Amino acid sequence: MEKSTFKTKVGLAEMLKGGVIMDVVTAEQARIAEEAGAVAVMALERVPAQIRQEGGIARASDPAMIRAIQEAVSIPVMAKCRIGHFMEARILEALEVDYIDESEVLTPADEENHIYKHDFQVPFVCGCTCLAEALRRIGEGAALIRTKGEAGTGDIVEAVRHLRAVRMEIQRLRTLRKDELMAESKRMGAPFHLVVETADQGRLPVPNFAAGGVATPADAALCMALGAESVFVGSGIFLSENPSGRAKAIVDAVTYWEDPKKLAEISAGLGAPMRGQSAASLPPGEKMARRGW
Amino acid sequence: MACIGVMSLQGGFAAHIARLQELGHRTVQVRTAEALNGLDGLILPGGESTTHLKLIDRYHLRSSLESFVASGRPVLATCAGLILAARQVTAPSQPSFGWIDIAVARNAYGRQLDSFESVADEGELPLVFIRAPRIVEVGKQVEVLATLNGDPILVRQDNFTGATFHPELTDDWRVHRQVFGEGCGVELKPAA
Repeated sequence: MEKSTFKTKVGLAEMLKGGVIMDVVTAEQARIAEEAGAVAVMALERVPAQIRQEGGIARASDPAMIRAIQEAVSIPVMAKCRIGHFMEARILEALEVDYIDESEVLTPADEENHIYKHDFQVPFVCGCTCLAEALRRIGEGAALIRTKGEAGTGDIVEAVRHLRAVRMEIQRLRTLRKDELMAESKRMGAPFHLVVETADQGRLPVPNFAAGGVATPADAALCMALGAESVFVGSGIFLSENPSGRAKAIVDAVTYWEDPKKLAEISAGLGAPMRGQSAASLPPGEKMARRGW
Repeated sequence: MACIGVMSLQGGFAAHIARLQELGHRTVQVRTAEALNGLDGLILPGGESTTHLKLIDRYHLRSSLESFVASGRPVLATCAGLILAARQVTAPSQPSFGWIDIAVARNAYGRQLDSFESVADEGELPLVFIRAPRIVEVGKQVEVLATLNGDPILVRQDNFTGATFHPELTDDWRVHRQVFGEGCGVELKPAA
């Protein structure tokens, strides 16, 4: 018997497909998320929009709070650590969280290096803005990729940009000959064997989810239509007027994204979404997607 | 060539679809009762059983699924799919449909850190367990087809086959082949 192989790490991501992973800051919110049909929750102390507003250093959450959420629900519990902060990751692993998000939403601990994730038993998800970045993270051991989008804005534009970038770059790789892939790997700054695998399979070597700016069922459906296999929702649920109703609606939208009639029913009467802030209006220094590389 | 439906509300449906297509079957993603019409078989995939329960309830799919199982056509349930179908579910307890006479304990091997790969006691059948349930009781009508350390992991009652592991995540096609047979032998590309 062999525990925590790369296959079991990717296997959990396979089981989360077609689902919604919701940010929660209390055990009560975790129960609301589970009741709505979330496939997993992300335990953190402040949702991205609050982090944006309040400023300061955003760090991994208090273990007591993560434990309380683990006790409150039976679905998988994920938690975030800072980019490059492998000691926060070790602590989260000791807490037996089901996935660690090495996340740009928290203040980076290392501007040069990401965590070497193959060294861990616990699986990791990492954000990306393009294919090369996704393949670098997979090279370090990420078992799941998500777009970065622009967290905490409620503006879907950056998630769309990142989903389209990954998709177009995969299409481009497929048009290249085998003898062109090494030069392409050099140009991209991505591991050669993963460039070859992606060109061959026509998809990322691990599941590909969307995150960053999802605020409505239509946003979630748009991400699915652009090739995301599941959706993370951060601030969009619990900063809206009707979290429970909106959570259910986003879960339903991810299942029925191909059925506009159902989406119309699902989207009706949910109350006000989070107010949000246009990603284009953010000064470059406040863009979370620029953290990590 | 058979046409096999894969319940695709959420979870491991993509891997099952790829496996069935490699065997030469046609596949249908099942998200509505109408999609069950004309199918020769059905897969209830893994995923989060709580999520599946909520969606089956919200979209009134239970009675159609029930009639499908009762029709005698082959059904394969893996992991969370088997939790839905069990007679009784514990740890924590939750409603289930009773389509196969077994009792299961959820997440019985632990959290994700305890997910593992192994090989069946009978030899050579590769096993992948992801936050897997354990079958804790088996009714008289239920045949145990494979075990791990003595625990039943692959069971059958009439047309209903259940696995606590994920045959769709391995390169071994025997479980799918045993339940649904061979397709027309045409190798189709798995869905992207």
